[in-house]
Amino acid sequence: MAKITMRQAISQALWEEMERDPSVFILGEEVGVWGGTYAVTKGFYDHFGEERVRDTPIAEAAIVGAAIGASLTGTRPVAELMTINFAFSAMDHIVNEAAKFHYMFNGQMVLPLVIRTVGGGGRQLGATHSQTPDAIFAHFPGLKVVSPGTPADAKGLLKAAIRSNDPIMFIEHATLYQTRGEVPEGDYIVPIGKSTVQRAGEHVTIVTYSKMLELSLKAAEKLSKEGIEAEIVDLRTLRPLDMEPVIESFKKTNRAVVVEEGWKSYGVGAEIVSRIYEEAFDFVDAPIKRVAQLEVPLPYNRRLEQKALPQVEDIISAVKEVYNG
Amino acid sequence: MAEIVRMPKLGFDMQEGLLVRWVKQEGDSVQKGDILAEIETDKATVEVEAHGSGKLYRHLVEADTSVPIGDPIAIVADEGEDVNVDELLGSSGQKEASSSAEAKKEAPEKKEESQTSESVESSSQTGERIKASPLAKKMAEDHQLELADLSGSGPGGRIVKKDIEAALAAEKSKPVEKEVQPEAIQRPTEEKVEALPQAIWQADYQAPKDQSVPMNKLRQAIGRRMVESKQQIPHFYVTSSVNVESLMLLYKQVNGSLPKEQKISVNDYVIKATALTLRSFPAINASIKGDSIVKHGAVHIGVAVAVEGGLLTIVVRDADVKPIRVISDEVKKMAARVRDGKIKPEDVEGSTFSISNLGMFDVENFAAIINPPEAAILAVSSAQQVPVVEDDELKIGWRMKLTLSADHRVTDGVEAAKFMQTLSKHLENPLRLLL
Repeated sequence: MAKITMRQAISQALWEEMERDPSVFILGEEVGVWGGTYAVTKGFYDHFGEERVRDTPIAEAAIVGAAIGASLTGTRPVAELMTINFAFSAMDHIVNEAAKFHYMFNGQMVLPLVIRTVGGGGRQLGATHSQTPDAIFAHFPGLKVVSPGTPADAKGLLKAAIRSNDPIMFIEHATLYQTRGEVPEGDYIVPIGKSTVQRAGEHVTIVTYSKMLELSLKAAEKLSKEGIEAEIVDLRTLRPLDMEPVIESFKKTNRAVVVEEGWKSYGVGAEIVSRIYEEAFDFVDAPIKRVAQLEVPLPYNRRLEQKALPQVEDIISAVKEVYNG
Repeated sequence: MAEIVRMPKLGFDMQEGLLVRWVKQEGDSVQKGDILAEIETDKATVEVEAHGSGKLYRHLVEADTSVPIGDPIAIVADEGEDVNVDELLGSSGQKEASSSAEAKKEAPEKKEESQTSESVESSSQTGERIKASPLAKKMAEDHQLELADLSGSGPGGRIVKKDIEAALAAEKSKPVEKEVQPEAIQRPTEEKVEALPQAIWQADYQAPKDQSVPMNKLRQAIGRRMVESKQQIPHFYVTSSVNVESLMLLYKQVNGSLPKEQKISVNDYVIKATALTLRSFPAINASIKGDSIVKHGAVHIGVAVAVEGGLLTIVVRDADVKPIRVISDEVKKMAARVRDGKIKPEDVEGSTFSISNLGMFDVENFAAIINPPEAAILAVSSAQQVPVVEDDELKIGWRMKLTLSADHRVTDGVEAAKFMQTLSKHLENPLRLLL
């Protein structure tokens, strides 16, 4: 199997879906002539033409609004928002339209819409361009929220998202584009709404997704040398949330750490921990811990930024604490 | 008008009471002041009185049930009144209680079950919460292990999975009970060992078997509080030998003029003298509360009284301003109530300093454990005739040893010594105590 980067995997998925289905098209800032801010759509403009690879004004509300309109009329738009921080400008369209039309109009229409966007910190882009507000989008019924942590999942999930008839926030991580991994060629689909075990272990369950999967895997390798085997469950989809592998793992380990890049308050970890307590209370052997970003707007200074973001060491110490707790 | 009778709070650290017996049955007519039920608390058995008249409409709990303080235990209604129990309990803001009453009506077996599992899971016999992870609780329940018998290896002594697993493993490897029976230990060779002197023991001698007696609430409470006190309070001790020659003389004179039931004990003088002394030492008449030291305005003297299977502290309120004969009378009445197991909450509540007196048992000296949250306790030993040196001459004198146990967080040696000095002066000039 070919080892390719996350960027190539996403690009491959888009390319293949556009080849496969003429109703799929791309719109966004700099996606065409420039080839995408993160170079995901390099070469698309020349190959598919300006009708299907549309450069837009710098106006996120317009991008999402137009994409919603297009999806309602039978196309499958993949709207790219340069960063998830800009999605706030399009919030009304995302939350009040995309998430609700199908429901409010008695299912008369579907919205086969994918909003590809980039989240996460670590690139010194400052407080307003480095956020991880995934939980905000996962809060709304009617939206699906997908966030892959490996190149293979990125390809498989994006293809599934494009083929889905539901509005989907597809959140990529800014620092994962260079990550390499084996990616099946051709028609490779990963179903949306399925969590998966990325590493088997028996002592502590780490529940995580996206960039934090990479850190958790590193932490698990170091912990293994000290005799602690962590099992890592990758959520992959935040809504609909698949707790089954989490609960199954937890029933085995009885101890868990949830690792997320966003802030702890009201976050993904809060949700996962509550679900574990609700669904597997009798299997809890130690208080569950959360590893998350410090509760500050992310600093620009590199050292401070790294200090505020969860690090491998943070995960290791949380796992040890839970293991010994 | 129907009224709810609730589990009364009968001690400052009381959280629940065991309803031992219903005196009034459902349907019995009730006069205000009638005894409805008997409650066993940490300290004693007490009676729950009716606050109104009518009839006992319904018991809300069965006898032999532990009930948290404030929870409804019965309803007293007017004769012939039809009571909507749910509404009454609901309107009192006791949603939980009403639902538990409902559960009792509809599924008594289920309630019993949930109660047993609760007692298994979250509380020991002492009523203190046992820390255990939910998994450990579930496993203990599944394997019928008592959490109270296990010690936890988790943070703060939390019982976790591996403790249960260890207990299960230990249980498996436990030798068959038969092997530890006395018969098995008896050595058949013993009769042949002729060299041993015969008279010392008989080969067929069977010592009485060990008896295991469950601790009653009182013993549990004493145990809990004394452990807490000795572990958490840095005790230090100051002993004085007090010249009680005048006191013994006065004691005889006073009692010579009084009928038996009004006789004043040495302890009554000690109470009065201590109370007067505490007035001058507010820092010893104190308690720790959080980060503060509360210097009590009133002087309430706790007096330890022996009861069957333990002891209780009765409280003489404002002992510094009461005449000795009032103190004496109160102590006699409270002690009688305590021994009958019929104490009132105010008999045992609110002491600011305690006295433990073993003088009647010919005790040379002893030290007492502080009764938290108080700052000190006075141990009173016997007044004895001893050789003393006075004016370079050996004489026979009366001496009584007093030992103050004090909390070093609250007070220091010098202050404690000064307290003892002042207390000694009061006892050495006992006429002042009568004025």
